[in-house]
Amino acid sequence: MSQNAKLAVKNLNFYYGNFHALKNINLDILEGKVTAFIGPSGCGKSTLLRTFNRMYDLYPKLRAEGEILLNKENILRSGIDLNMLRAKVGMVFQKPTPFPMSIYDNIAFGVKLYESLSKADMDDRVEWALQKAALWNEVKDKLKQSGLGLSGGQQQRLCIARAVAVKPEVLLLDEPTSALDPISTAHVEELLHELKRDYTIAIVTHNMQQAARVSDYTAYMYLGELIEVGGTDTIFTTPKMKATEDYITGKFG
Amino acid sequence: MTTQAARLKQQQLQDVVFRGATRFFAFLVLAILAGIIISLCIGAWPSIKQFGLGFLVSDQWNPVTHVFGGRNSIIGTLLSSLIALLIAVPVSFGIAIFLTELAPVWLRRPFGIAIELLAGVPSIIYGIWGLFIFAPWFGDNVQPWLQRTTHDIPLLGTLFDGPPMGIGMLTSGLILSIMIIPYISSVMRDVFEVVPAMLKESAYGLGCTTWEVMWNVVLPFTRSGVIGGVMLGLGRALGETMAITFVIGNSHSSIHSLFDPGTSIAATLANEFTEASDDLHVASLIYLGLLLFVITFVVLVLSKILLLRLQKGDGAHS
Repeated sequence: MSQNAKLAVKNLNFYYGNFHALKNINLDILEGKVTAFIGPSGCGKSTLLRTFNRMYDLYPKLRAEGEILLNKENILRSGIDLNMLRAKVGMVFQKPTPFPMSIYDNIAFGVKLYESLSKADMDDRVEWALQKAALWNEVKDKLKQSGLGLSGGQQQRLCIARAVAVKPEVLLLDEPTSALDPISTAHVEELLHELKRDYTIAIVTHNMQQAARVSDYTAYMYLGELIEVGGTDTIFTTPKMKATEDYITGKFG
Repeated sequence: MTTQAARLKQQQLQDVVFRGATRFFAFLVLAILAGIIISLCIGAWPSIKQFGLGFLVSDQWNPVTHVFGGRNSIIGTLLSSLIALLIAVPVSFGIAIFLTELAPVWLRRPFGIAIELLAGVPSIIYGIWGLFIFAPWFGDNVQPWLQRTTHDIPLLGTLFDGPPMGIGMLTSGLILSIMIIPYISSVMRDVFEVVPAMLKESAYGLGCTTWEVMWNVVLPFTRSGVIGGVMLGLGRALGETMAITFVIGNSHSSIHSLFDPGTSIAATLANEFTEASDDLHVASLIYLGLLLFVITFVVLVLSKILLLRLQKGDGAHS
């Protein structure tokens, strides 16, 4: 299972000050697959996701111990270029967060940080990213308008397009549909099927059906521990652990 | 039934009284504003009749010959405020970035309070400090250096021409900037603090540096608040009297360089009101006061228009 691990988590412990939030996590996230993280609120799944791009570094008193290997390189070591790491590991959040600029600039902004493209190339890149996020047809006539004017579902797909545009290797999705209506949710889920051909995807979700629909592998977490990880089909039909089964069948959580 | 009806009637009466009271106070503000404008106009009338709009462009101010023009005072007010803004806005932006993003948490509160305390220093203190401590030091050290370094540069050279006396237009602008930095920076800090963490994380998540996040995402997101803060500072700078009176030089002659002593509307008023003997002089001073009122109003309107245009450029959510 570890031959094509894009991200390999080894003995990861995470602390909020004195609170031990992640306990000795070991896990591989496979290249080109969708890995879902499920578990009750506060189990540490978002925290785990936020170690993959070291988002926690923005805040004081948060620290991670152990190793996370991205392409065999430990991203937790000090001295790593966080900006380059975050360019390689894109992230989409619980709520749509379009930047206060035009739709076009929302996409182009991230690209401009790393590449200097000609106007024509940038136009192509913006169209490509919006196509990838299945948003192009809806916004192609209003690229100069503000991204804030879109509907919630469109805004979230804009955020996905924005993350995709910089061509990351890994895409982290932190409950990407929790603020969306069912139709927009379906759009985003379809999108994940498309995207996994090019990207390694890790998704945190509260919605077990969603995990079952979109993921290849599922990891169940509880109170900061990784209880069980395996193929999504296995986890949802014949989980090894009693705790996993209780959660999945709704006896608990 | 009857008690209920009586209570209803009483409540209706209370509503009417309350509505009347709030309306009265709201309109009272308008009435006071109108009253000030009208009394300024009446007081300034002799001067308006005598000099008309030519008052705005005439650089003569001579109580002896009874010729008055406000050009130099108006320029002084606008120029010192412009210098103050040019310095205070970037500095405040830096302070706000430091306080919201970069400073360690334990430092943020004391630092923020210290800056707010700066706003509480009475302006006379700034004036005295400016005249006795800052201006001599500035004239001995900074001004000669500025002159030496800009001497051969065509436009800048003329800007910093003239005797380095310490006091003058540039010094006034500097003192003003120190006075308005607390206002602008604390407003900026407050609006930066309410930016959703997730929006900032999104930008960091793309690989932005702190500067890129602040400049490209946070600043556009908060621009109406930021412009509001700048306008608050500008309003304060335009009307500032005491500190300016101490350091601007109080000269009615036209200025040719930023080192020249000049005057501002507020400084002229403060200096001359007690000494103005004849009616035309008093009327001209009131005319200046009216103009200060107009300038402040125009600045406010311009800032509203600027905001509206920015929102239009933003293209959505009215």
